[in-house]
Order: sequence, then C-alpha cells, then structure tokens
Amino acid sequence: MLVTALSSSEQYVAGAYLVFLALVLVYLAIMAVKLSRLEREVVELADLAERGDAVREDRVKEPVA
Amino acid sequence: MLTYAPVDADQGVIQKIFYVHVPMAIVALGGFIAGGVMAIMYLRTRDRRWDIRSYVTIHLSIVLAVGVLITGSIWARASWGHWWVWDEPMLVVFLIVFLLYATYQPLRFSIEDPEKQARYASVFAITAGAFVPLCFGAVRMAEQVTHPQAATMTTSGPGSVTVTFLVALSAMTLLFITLCKYEMASKNVTATVRRLRRRLAGDDDDDQLSATGRSAAPQL
Repeated sequence: MLVTALSSSEQYVAGAYLVFLALVLVYLAIMAVKLSRLEREVVELADLAERGDAVREDRVKEPVA
Repeated sequence: MLTYAPVDADQGVIQKIFYVHVPMAIVALGGFIAGGVMAIMYLRTRDRRWDIRSYVTIHLSIVLAVGVLITGSIWARASWGHWWVWDEPMLVVFLIVFLLYATYQPLRFSIEDPEKQARYASVFAITAGAFVPLCFGAVRMAEQVTHPQAATMTTSGPGSVTVTFLVALSAMTLLFITLCKYEMASKNVTATVRRLRRRLAGDDDDDQLSATGRSAAPQL
C-alpha cells in the first residue's frame, strides 16, 4: 500500500534508508545474541563460584581429629 | 531532517540518498584510517587493547562500507539508470578499498598464534589505512565529472543542505563510536569471563588458543 503511494524516486530513497536501518538492526541482533550467551556464562560462573564457596565452608566446619 | 532539506533542482528527491550515503562513506573511510592509527599504537606499546580497538574499528567500518556500496548502487540506478558504473573512479576505488579490507578477517583467522596475529594484522591495518587517503586523494585530483562531490553539494546549495549534511554526519559518527564502545565492552567482558572460568575450573594454563579455539577476533 505504502509502496504504491510512493513515486519511483521516493522508492529508491526509501530503499537506501531501509538498507541502512537493516544493517544497524542486523548488527544489533548479532550483538544481542552474543550478550545473551555472555549472560548465561556469567550465571554459570556465579554457580561455580558459589559451589566453590560452599565446599570451602564445609572444610572449615569439619572438626580436626 | 529530510523534509527540512530542500529538494535538489537537478536530481529531485533522489538526492536525499546523499544524507545517508556520504556520511556513511566518510565515517567508514575515517574508521579504516583510525584502525591504522590504533594499529600503530599497538606496535608501539604492545598493549593488546589497541589491537582490539583497531579490530573493532575496522570490523564496523567494513559493515558501513557494505552499506555504502548498496546505497551507492541504489543512487546510481535511480540517477544514471545502472546499478554499477565501471568507468566511475570513485565507485571502483571504494570497491577496491572494500575488497582490500575484506581480506582483513581471513588474514587474522589464518594465523593461529595470537601474538603473531595481532602483529601481522597491525601491519596490514597500517598499510591499508595509508592506502585509503592516497587512493581517494588521487581520484579527487583526477578529472572527473560524473560523481557528485560532497563539498560542492553542501557549499554551493542553500544553508539547509549544509546543516542537514552536518547533522547526518555527526549522527553517523556518534552511532559509529557508540557501536565501537559496545563491541569493545562485549569483547572485554567475554575475555574476562573466559579467564574467570579457567581460574574457577582450576586451569591456570595461559595458552589462550587451547582455551578459546582459533578466532579472527583478538584475545585479551
């Protein structure tokens, strides 16, 4: 509907701006995927660190024979 | 902003592509040169952060260069009736510069040793960065009549053209810097997370290659 309302020249202009928008959006989408992967890794590391702390605390609490 | 700028008497509404195409080209070429300067800083200081900055700047400039080629093609098609004109020096030189930088990532990926990778990539970035102003300077000095000149289009027209162009250029530069910072922060955090993972796993091995695998991206 919008495309038919635009003249041929305006379609070219809209196309050029849409290409730029698409490039930025694709880049941001790739970065968002990387960020979510990083977030998962940080959660895993936090779990790993907590488990390590728990093991150390258990060792401290153990009575010395 | 686009409605603020007047419609060009010669090209009509098609000239409005100028406000996205030219700022993108200027920022991309500036990014290639900046990448070379950062590579010089890496070779002088051997600080890996300069290598990452150079890599990210060149990487983003390649993305913008893709946009320049596509928007330029659309402009050429609308204006001259052809998607690509081989006898137009500015287009061909930009394509050559783009193809030159397209080899940057494969070059990095082909070198396994991170230290060597950073050194060779820096030498490439410096050489290619010097090539950019030389090429475009030569084209500017040569006689050419078809390709529109940013300087003449902004200074010979009404003030609103100059204002719109400068706002578009500033916006593009700010977007480039923001995306560079974003990607660099992502790379630094990824490197820190990997180091932490190795420490928590009790693996103090500093061999980055075995820990992360081969990559074109620099390793901290």
